[in-house]
Amino acid sequence: MNVEAVKKWMILFTEKVNQNKAYLSELDRAIGDGDHGMNMARGTTEVMAALEAKNPATVADVFKLTGMTLVSKVGGASGPLYGSAFISMAKEAGTTDSLLAILQAGLNGIEKRGQAVPGEKTMIDTWQPVIKALAAGNLSEQTIADAVAHTKEIKATKGRASYLGERSIGHLDPGAVSSGYLFETMLEAGVTND
Amino acid sequence: MTKLGVVVVSHVPEIAAGVVKLMREVAKDVAITFSGGTDENEIGTSFEKIQAAFEENEGETILAFYDLGSAKMNLEMVMELTEKEVRLYDTAFIESSYTAVALIQAGADLAAIEEQLAPLKIK
Repeated sequence: MNVEAVKKWMILFTEKVNQNKAYLSELDRAIGDGDHGMNMARGTTEVMAALEAKNPATVADVFKLTGMTLVSKVGGASGPLYGSAFISMAKEAGTTDSLLAILQAGLNGIEKRGQAVPGEKTMIDTWQPVIKALAAGNLSEQTIADAVAHTKEIKATKGRASYLGERSIGHLDPGAVSSGYLFETMLEAGVTND
Repeated sequence: MTKLGVVVVSHVPEIAAGVVKLMREVAKDVAITFSGGTDENEIGTSFEKIQAAFEENEGETILAFYDLGSAKMNLEMVMELTEKEVRLYDTAFIESSYTAVALIQAGADLAAIEEQLAPLKIK
């Protein structure tokens, strides 16, 4: 895996999150506490500053710095969740070049931190289908869009939205949407499984 | 007996400070530290503030209480890094932290405290 492509991925992700921060917060206002866009925008912007300042040389170091920065700079639940994902990805990237293995490690990190599984209307409902498609060799923007859209139909049983029960149905999950941006920009940056 | 301390974590600075104020009514001498809100004192939790609450606490074994789920995730990240023994409770925030400090002040040991906390588990 090319470190420059991974850095470009983080840059594109930051741009996409910042362009859509109002939309992410609007989604979060419907079923959560309304801060997802602002939190992710602040966190990713801090990641950019950290990457520029430290200019890490390896893929593992880029992921580690990204994860540590998100943990300390994002005030909401997405901090420990995205942070755990990237820190787990960093550990995996230290031993393998396989994007599939690295993303699977990231998902494992999220599941462990959030004590969550697929089907609970969380970011996992984007991660899991994306990884499945990547393993099958047919990951596309459409796969990502479909996974994100599907969260609208799920009743939240994890996270802040779970307090709303049935009323959470009909709304996209904000974390699933921002995770969609993560994987869209991964494709745009040309980060692939070879 | 190891010295017990209590850490409370809330999304809101005033809630964390308020719970501590309430606890001080019954626990003048107990090691209590807290983390409230983000680094900017906005609503949320801060990994660094929680870490500081653990480090500044004089207890060797820390009983930790939190308000909502994302506070728990940050707490768990700090627990993986701290040298202290930490007991994290999924219990009613105010009732259980108040119960814990009152019992610590009265000289109860960890087993007795946990017995009282058990029925307060709500999450």
